[in-house]
Amino acid sequence: MPDITDKVPAPAAIPPSPSTEDGGGKDTGKAKPERVASMWSDARHDLIRNPIFVVSAIIILFLLVLAAAPGLFTERSPFEKGFCQLSDSASKPSSENWFGFDTLGCDVYTRTIYATRNSIIVGILTTVLTTLVGSLLGMIAGLRGGWLDSVLSRFTEIFFALPLMLGGLLVASIFQTGNVVTVALVLAVLGWPQVFRIMRGAVLANKHNDYVMAAKALGAGTWRIAMRHVLPNAVAPVIVITTINLGVYISAEAALSYLGIGVQSPNISWGLMISDAQSRFLISPHMVLFPSLFLSITVLAFIMLGDAVRDALDPKLR
Amino acid sequence: MTIIDKTADVPAPREAGSDGVPLLEVRDLHVEFHTREGTARAVNGVNYSVSAGETLAVLGESGSGKSVTAQAIMGILDMPPATIPRGEILFHGEDMLKMSGEERRKIRGSRIAMIFQDALSSLNPVLSVGYQLGEMFRVHRALSRKEAKAKAIELMDRVKIPAAAARVGDYPHQFSGGMRQRIMIAMALALEPDLIIADEPTTALDVTVQAQVMELLADLQREFNMGLILITHDLGVVADVADKIAVMYAGRIVETAPVHELYKRPAHPYTRGLLDSIPRLDQKGQELYAIKGLPPNLTSTPPGCAFNPRCPKAQDICRTDIPQLFPVTERDGGELAGRGSACHFWKETIHG
Amino acid sequence: MAELKKTDEPVDATPNVSEVDVVDAHSEEEAVAAIEAPVERGEPILQVRNLVKHFPLTTGILFKRQVGAVKAVDGISFDLYQGETLGIVGESGCGKSTVAKLLMNLERATAGEVFYKGQDITKLSGRALKAVRRNIQMVFQDPYTSLNPRMTVGDIIGEPFEIHPEVAPKGSRRQKVQELLDVVGLNPEYINRYPHQFSGGQRQRIGIARGLALNPEIIICDEPVSALDVSVQAQVINLMEKLQDEFNLSYIFIAHDLSIVRHISDRVGVMYLGKMAEIGTDTQIYDHPTHPYTQALLSAVPVPDPDAREGRERVILTGDVPSPANPPSGCRFRTRCQKAQDKCAEEVPLLAVPEVFKGLDSPVAHESACHFAEEKDVVHAV
Repeated sequence: MPDITDKVPAPAAIPPSPSTEDGGGKDTGKAKPERVASMWSDARHDLIRNPIFVVSAIIILFLLVLAAAPGLFTERSPFEKGFCQLSDSASKPSSENWFGFDTLGCDVYTRTIYATRNSIIVGILTTVLTTLVGSLLGMIAGLRGGWLDSVLSRFTEIFFALPLMLGGLLVASIFQTGNVVTVALVLAVLGWPQVFRIMRGAVLANKHNDYVMAAKALGAGTWRIAMRHVLPNAVAPVIVITTINLGVYISAEAALSYLGIGVQSPNISWGLMISDAQSRFLISPHMVLFPSLFLSITVLAFIMLGDAVRDALDPKLR
Repeated sequence: MTIIDKTADVPAPREAGSDGVPLLEVRDLHVEFHTREGTARAVNGVNYSVSAGETLAVLGESGSGKSVTAQAIMGILDMPPATIPRGEILFHGEDMLKMSGEERRKIRGSRIAMIFQDALSSLNPVLSVGYQLGEMFRVHRALSRKEAKAKAIELMDRVKIPAAAARVGDYPHQFSGGMRQRIMIAMALALEPDLIIADEPTTALDVTVQAQVMELLADLQREFNMGLILITHDLGVVADVADKIAVMYAGRIVETAPVHELYKRPAHPYTRGLLDSIPRLDQKGQELYAIKGLPPNLTSTPPGCAFNPRCPKAQDICRTDIPQLFPVTERDGGELAGRGSACHFWKETIHG
Repeated sequence: MAELKKTDEPVDATPNVSEVDVVDAHSEEEAVAAIEAPVERGEPILQVRNLVKHFPLTTGILFKRQVGAVKAVDGISFDLYQGETLGIVGESGCGKSTVAKLLMNLERATAGEVFYKGQDITKLSGRALKAVRRNIQMVFQDPYTSLNPRMTVGDIIGEPFEIHPEVAPKGSRRQKVQELLDVVGLNPEYINRYPHQFSGGQRQRIGIARGLALNPEIIICDEPVSALDVSVQAQVINLMEKLQDEFNLSYIFIAHDLSIVRHISDRVGVMYLGKMAEIGTDTQIYDHPTHPYTQALLSAVPVPDPDAREGRERVILTGDVPSPANPPSGCRFRTRCQKAQDKCAEEVPLLAVPEVFKGLDSPVAHESACHFAEEKDVVHAV
């Protein structure tokens, strides 16, 4: 029923206006208070009414504060002298030490809080890198087409044939430095083809639109067409996948660290903590439980956020 | 033409007109859509009827509610967002809105069929047209595959598709636009329905093909003595085939008339404006008459007559009172059968 | 059919068009100067000569091999005079939209020339091409896809000034945009709105305002009103006629609606399968058509007047338009033509005044690409 859904909401804010000359429907109607609706304002309108978005946003905000200023939540620091006392080894949670102690007698609560920063850094850094590289190459491939597009597309297909974890194992075991930036780089190398594909597809879907033709007819250059006409219309699916990817990369980091080839001691990571504690899971489950809980909640929050953004930006699902 | 046993649950078809019951009658139909912008009143109390062998053209622009009414009759409205708060749709005198989903499904396709504007997207691209035509017989008539295929070829012959037997295995994309529309017509005709609703059947076609398709539709309608509701925005197409016309604007019928009458003496300023705004093929005119302004937004139709902001004849009463469909008469009060106009000033409009 | 003439190469189907005064520009400056020069009313401003566009059909995944070509436009020639409206009509797939893109240099021509003030624009680039772009603008068919949904009306209409900054200094642009909105009959206060807040007719006005912004000399309109409601079509047509007088524009008006084309055009060309079948003034084409295709096309138009309708002679065509990838030999219309003879399959009819009408001082004497041209009035009731 395009009759109603397509056409009716279109002139929403415009009152049918009386005409003046030539029966031409000149709009002299006084403009109502401007309600400038765009994709973004519609999306914002949808998002703040979506409980899933609100909940996940609050969680993520909290995690960001945790990552930025862990000192606000704990007086101790895992890097201070005498942080771990072997005498506390594997002590159960108490009113003073809520999450208990691990095998080496380090406070699990403090370590979990401080590990947030590394997870968030890996998530954000990887996402920024994949998005930059993937979108840029995707734009170029989509706009230029021809042999360049063929070469880039075939190249990314090689990455698709490689499972993320397997590739991560391979690349990480080559570098083996164990710091956060390396892990992010490894994940980014494997992750950008996904963004590339999405950007390229969105560009291809948009570049034949009449408004791109119209800009060309005006004499617009390639740069203007790319930045003003193609990119703003192709960016929505990339934003969606980027949001979801934040969570995916955080869990990938945890998995690599768990396997011993991601973040390594003395750096702290949830994956590492789980790995260290797993052998004593039956005796001291708290050592595994708390970092796992944080990891799950973080990943879940980002994926929920991505879902909410998708709902808001993709009009087809409305 | 023998009529094969129709669905048993529904009362057997009565000879329309013999007992005064029209084939289809829409009474005071209302349809609303609940959208983000508010409630859009797409259909606001539509009344019309069609008898067997008759062609009713429903004329209107986008947003006039012409297609929504048809979808309500077919029972293919998306509910929600649509709701039907009021109204009756009587088919052979029985209200379809009160029937169960199962009963309506049995009527759909076998007794009321619909032809859509876009034949390509209405046909399944991965099934051959022969299979899709035959499906009607296999599902509704329980014919075997072989019998169904023979029937499909017969139908394709009837809608004048050349080399039907050779093309029965072809897929929709292998046919041209005109031929696809013929296949749609064949599909609608398959079970010999009493009523066909054609929603802009020729809008997507070229003029030379348009003429062929309309001619075919008119011939078949005569042959099968079907009722036909032709929904269109094209005053030219209507002039060709319709018996009577209902003009819709903002969800209401604003004028009804037999076809010749309407073109000769429109009784509603909107109809008159539409007729005057079309350029003529046989003469070079001066400046075109243009109806000023824009069609109303259905979430906030103007009070009174919905056409009043665009109407050259509008007076104070038009801005307050919604005009009902007044019967239109000759200047001396002589009856004009089938004519009505929802305008407070219909007399001035028709008689100058 | 072995002795058929070779029809693969585009034939010069229009031998009698006027000679083009080619401007031989040796530098970009000279070319730009020629483009800026004014043209007298009634003089040719755009001259199209044997324009050809073939879209290659390829096969293969890695190594692409050309297996044929869709002959979208196959050797058409015509002139556009300053200040006139040339209508181009035809059914879908006849190549009329491709012509629009070729004239706008949005597609590269396979062969042939488009002379704008004596400069072949198919060969221009750089500054000269940009100067041409300023003078030839386009209005698109679909007002829903031709405006960027992420830009405000002000940005859309102001974009031409950003691309051609010499037309309007930065400070005056906003005011210029508001003036343009006023010219096309929209409220200048709508400058900050987005396209989706407007109805189809209003959007088309925005598209027209964008086309007018650079003060062009030629506007190419590709089905500008076919997506609009009947009551809004007339408004837009009237607006376009008003603007033509006001800004001294020349239009190429491409449409499938023959009534609207007659209303707005001074001259009309009828296209069929990539070729021009008949061209002449509106009276010549509509009241005295001599090509059987034009006659069929005109007689098929549904006329909103049942009485006039019944008195008209009708020519109903059989069959569909053949594929432009594999057009019939000789005359392309012969497969659907009632008059077709052997000659039609062998010889491509040239677009010229037919022999029988030559020298006649009557509207029938106009260019028609038919071996058996014959006048037939199909528009008026007998």
